[in-house]
Parts: sequence; C-alpha cells; structure tokens
Amino acid sequence: MKKLESSLKNMVLVLTGITIICVGLLAAVNEVTKEPIAAANAKALSDAVNAVVPGFDNNPIEEMKIQEVDGVSYKIYPATKNGQSIGAAVEISVMGFGGELTLLVGFNNEGKINDYSLLNHAETPGLGAKADTWFKSGAKGDITGKSPKDGELTVSKDGGEIDAITASTITSRAFLKAVNAAYAAFSGQNVDGTTGATQQATSQVVVSSDTVKGAAN
Amino acid sequence: MSNLKVLINGIINENPTFVLMLGMCPTLGTTSSAINGMSMGLATMFVLICSNTVISAVKNVIPNMVRIPSFIVIIASFVTLLQMVMQAYVPDLYKTLGLFIPLIVVNCIVLGRAEAFASKNGPVSSFFDGVGIGLGFTLALTLLGAVRELLGTGKMFNLSLVPEDYGMLLFVLAPGAFIALGYLCAIVNKMREAK
Repeated sequence: MKKLESSLKNMVLVLTGITIICVGLLAAVNEVTKEPIAAANAKALSDAVNAVVPGFDNNPIEEMKIQEVDGVSYKIYPATKNGQSIGAAVEISVMGFGGELTLLVGFNNEGKINDYSLLNHAETPGLGAKADTWFKSGAKGDITGKSPKDGELTVSKDGGEIDAITASTITSRAFLKAVNAAYAAFSGQNVDGTTGATQQATSQVVVSSDTVKGAAN
Repeated sequence: MSNLKVLINGIINENPTFVLMLGMCPTLGTTSSAINGMSMGLATMFVLICSNTVISAVKNVIPNMVRIPSFIVIIASFVTLLQMVMQAYVPDLYKTLGLFIPLIVVNCIVLGRAEAFASKNGPVSSFFDGVGIGLGFTLALTLLGAVRELLGTGKMFNLSLVPEDYGMLLFVLAPGAFIALGYLCAIVNKMREAK
C-alpha cells in the first residue's frame, strides 16, 4: 500500500480518526479499572488502620468522622470490638524535610501509641526515609507504649526522650510533631461532647486530610 | 535482518541505556533498587512493544507531515492504559513508580524506535525490535539498580548481603546514580568492543 499523501484533508481525517479510536479505547479501560482502583485505594487505607490498631470488628473507614482541632479538620475513623472502644487511629500530614509526610497513628483507649504507619513521604532515601521503621516497637526511636498525654514527645536534642533518626533531626521533629497533633485530635474527639463521640465509645481515630504546617523548622 | 538479529541488536549493539544513551531521566530516577529498575524497564517494554507493533501496522495510513503527533497520541494512549491497569491491579508498584509512569510518554526511547524503526519496517520485525530494545532497557536498569542497591544499602532484591552499616548512602542518592551509570557504561562498552 502506498503511503497517504500529506494533503490537508488526509491529515485532518487521520489525526481525528486516531484520536477517536484512542479515546474510545481509554474510556473502555477506564470503565473496567474504575472499581478495582477504588477498591485498591480503600484496601490500602484499611490495611494501614488494621496495622496500627489491630483487632477491631467494625468498619472504621465507613464510620469515619471529621474532628476539628484549632481550625484544622482531621478525618477520624473509629473502630470498635463487640461495640466496645479499643482505641483509635489518626491520620495526619505535616511538612517533613523533603515534602509532605503523611502518617497514621494508632492509639489505644488510654491514649498510648499502639503503632504507626507511614502512608506517604518524600524524605531522603537512606536518611529521613528510615522513619517508616525507626519509631516502631523494638527499634531505636521506639514510640510505642508512650503517650503525648504525659507531655509532648520530642527528640533528645530538644530535651525529649526519643532518639532522632541519625542525621535526620528535621524529619524526626516533623514526625513527632505529627504524632503530638494526632494525639490532640484523638483526645479532642473523646473529650468533645458535642460530637457525641465519647458516648459511642468508638475508638479508631484516623485524623487525616488537611496539612498541619510548620513542622520542618 | 532476521528477527533474532533484531532482538539481539536491541539488547547488545543498540542497548538504549549503555550505547544509545537514551531515556536517561527514568534510568537515573527509578534505579534506587534493583526491583524498581526492573519494574520500570518492564513497564517501558510493554509500551514499546505495543506502540512499535501498532505504529508499524498503521504507518501507511499516516501522512508524513502528521506522523509525530500521531505517534505521540498512540504512545500516550498505551501509557495511560498501563497506568490505569497498574493502579488497579498492582497498587504497591504503582505507588513506587507512580511519578515515572506518565513520563514514559516522553521517553525518547519509545518515540525514537517508532521513528527510527517501526515507521520503516513491518509489524513483525517491529515487534521484535520492541522486545529487544525493551529487554535491553530492562536489563540495563536492573543492573544499575542492583549495583546501586548493593553499594548503597548492602542489599540486592531486598536480600541482605552485607550489613547495612557498610552501605555507602551516596549510591542511593542522585550523585551515586551518575557515578554508577558512568562506570557501568565504561565496563559494558569495553566488553562490547572486546568481542
């Protein structure tokens, strides 16, 4: 077959045709993958909640609440077992060293930290990025079992008792700031009677959404 | 040129990374570990094979003056398709490579092969060219990723070989990517010429 000549009519027809075929194909694929994508995103969140406050039997994602602290609203996902509160997970974003640092902090009923999960970050690989395991149970900067109730968590350089990540003090400060803010939201939902949260004794608090700025100083 | 020759050509003589020096942005950006490099290579290979085959099949109905926009529309469609499928079925991988997937559209390897090979050859040999170049890219990225991961963290494919404290952090960061790539290019080209 001879190559089509580059006349205006041919060019317009061919480009339009190619675009229409491609758009149709992409629309079809979009229809097919829309649900799996939504399911995958939901699963990632519920897995993270499960990791930080294990053992619930409700659906914390569906029971999500919004909690406001100092004008910043957080998403709170409560979790219960047999109708009894077992804790809460708080999702929170702060500015880290390389960008936004989003984490999920799980608290039990006494306000102690169960575990945490780093959802998203842009920290330096090999340095600040170590935050995903550094503060876990058994690691050097272990924060589990501690509670910001007994005074805000700070790195040892600032007079606190948490070991900062080696050569990543800024990331560590931002991380602990997020944990403290998460606790404020968590205790806020238990104290604030107007939301009715206390009575329901729901426990998994996932505070998320809006960024709490200024952590990187 | 036989199909086998086309295939080998893409892996060795015209290796996109070490010989043609194309697609340096994803090469340097995604190879912080062997598994990331390999995933990026495979994603690019998928797009290359699809776009090469399709473009060579429709090359005669595309007027010469609008061939570049047509190629880009076809390539971009395959990339978007890949992006949606990855997001749906391998979300973890998508999270790691996320930023670099849309950039496959402007990866000069893909457009380069469309222009230099697919628009001049039949669909079958274009398919093999896609496989060959794709494999060459994947191998190069995996090798670079493995070297950087080993030197930087003492691991390979997440398997700890050397205690992490001996790792040279530099190699996980961008400067290490340039250094490792430079040495690998030198070694590979030396070996290629020795043959």
